[in-house]
Amino acid sequence: MPAADAAPFGCAIRRLVLEQSKRANVGHIGSCLSVADIIAALYSGTLAIGDPDDPDRDRFILSKGHAALALYAALHVRGWVSAAELDTFCGDASRLGVHPEHVVPGVDFSTGSLGQGLSVAAGAALGARLLGSERRVFALLSDAECNEGATWEAIMFAAHHRLANLIAIVDLNGQQALGYTKDVLDLSPMAERWQAFGWDVHTVDGHDERQLTAVISDLDTTSGRPHVLVARTVFGRGVSFMEGQIRWHYLPMSDEQYRQALREVDDASCAAALLTP
Amino acid sequence: MRRSFVNTLIELAECDPRVVLLTGDLGFMVFEPFIERFPDRFFNLGVAEQNMVGVATGLADAGFVPFTYSIVTFASLRAYEFIRNGPVFHRLPVRIVGVGGGFEYGTAGPSHHGTEDVAVMRALPGMTVIAPADQAQAATALRACWDMPGPIYLRLGKDDHTIVPGLDGRFRLGRAEVVRHGDDLAIIAMGAIAAEASAAAATLSARGIEATLVIAASISPAPVDDLVEVLSRFPTVVTVEAHSVVGGLGSLVSEVVAERGLGCRVVRCGVRTAGDGTGGGEAYLNHRHGLSSDALATTARDALAGLRA
Repeated sequence: MPAADAAPFGCAIRRLVLEQSKRANVGHIGSCLSVADIIAALYSGTLAIGDPDDPDRDRFILSKGHAALALYAALHVRGWVSAAELDTFCGDASRLGVHPEHVVPGVDFSTGSLGQGLSVAAGAALGARLLGSERRVFALLSDAECNEGATWEAIMFAAHHRLANLIAIVDLNGQQALGYTKDVLDLSPMAERWQAFGWDVHTVDGHDERQLTAVISDLDTTSGRPHVLVARTVFGRGVSFMEGQIRWHYLPMSDEQYRQALREVDDASCAAALLTP
Repeated sequence: MRRSFVNTLIELAECDPRVVLLTGDLGFMVFEPFIERFPDRFFNLGVAEQNMVGVATGLADAGFVPFTYSIVTFASLRAYEFIRNGPVFHRLPVRIVGVGGGFEYGTAGPSHHGTEDVAVMRALPGMTVIAPADQAQAATALRACWDMPGPIYLRLGKDDHTIVPGLDGRFRLGRAEVVRHGDDLAIIAMGAIAAEASAAAATLSARGIEATLVIAASISPAPVDDLVEVLSRFPTVVTVEAHSVVGGLGSLVSEVVAERGLGCRVVRCGVRTAGDGTGGGEAYLNHRHGLSSDALATTARDALAGLRA
């Protein structure tokens, strides 16, 4: 188990994201920190996954594949990816690349090209229904991923077929690769758009693990409309100099930045603040 | 081949509950028998081919054998990246069915002409690519391959009547079928345009030129051994495809010639030019691109004459 085992799940993910990003000298740190608490909520009990090979497990598709490191961190905390393998992140011959591959235990689908995950999730949800399985399918999308037209094809399909066992979560951090979403291709009002397409919409604080868990546990996944959690998040959340900063989509950390970032995510008050409802 | 496809699919669906049919809002007067029989296993996904392939990927992962159906261009090109990142990367049994290769949608114009699909599908490792020459071969191929692991691209012709003489519905994965024997040159054809190649061989015969005609329907895996056997026997080989000469059958044959160091000359008949804004029916367009039986016979005769000169 990781050194940060004693910390709340979201903080454990943050620490692992920083450690591995620094070791591998890669970016996408801001996106990983943006979804850390959502992934923590999912992997700390929400997803019914006893064994990643169980055919009736809940499915999870990280449609915004560039945040794969946050997922690897969660899979590591759950014990499905070893510390030794986690240390191969972005190395030669590693299974753990910048975007997730389904050969990794616990990764249900490979992603990386934005706008494809929700379609696959809808197919997985339809398949579960046809088989009479109660398993649920979760898909985590970036907000900018909603630029992709195919995402809306999937949104229409899922609503038309009333795939109540499909739960989308939109990481609404308001940023994309070259700017803020409101400046690049305005997506607002996000919640109303999904609602207009026939989804059951819940606007939540994407950094409140408890709220995320509670909202998901109250969803009727056996009948009715598909569900979306529009999760308000802060890009780079938990590291002050990364929050809301476009460049942390790309940059690796210097040694000094790394030390400061670690101090901030290890800070007990930070952990407490993140968990306060 | 559409009726042959749906009738065979009904047979398969009777035997196996995993078979489901997805369409991108196409198949009027084709799918009704399937819908009547299996209303819960038919899904019209609307005009949304990318989502159709994504949904098929999820269904295949859940254990189903989904067939997605659209016109060649939309089935293959519109959804290409979804095909690549979904069933190909995940090695899932999604069957991509494209109807109307080449100029079969003639007057519908270039947006509906399927002239690059085999090239892009052939470039995908692990993708089985099958382009039957007539409906009997389509049915055989479907029965032979439907339950294979990994994805399949099936390129179907619209024509439900024309039969390639001598083919008798034969199909073997990774093999080519010889339907006519002659000593002067070899013609190798892919897809429904094989009927024109067959007519060209008959025309040539009437003029004293005897061609061996080979039908290559299994494009990936390629019928390499059968091709080598034919290519080794003839100094001149003519390839025939209602498809770009880049990346399709002509390229495949040329690759075999080059990689095996064979000495024959390959004359590729297929699409070489972009449209100029004027169109017409399938027969007109085939002739314009050198793919009518008359044009093919002339090309073959000239190729032989050129070689002798």
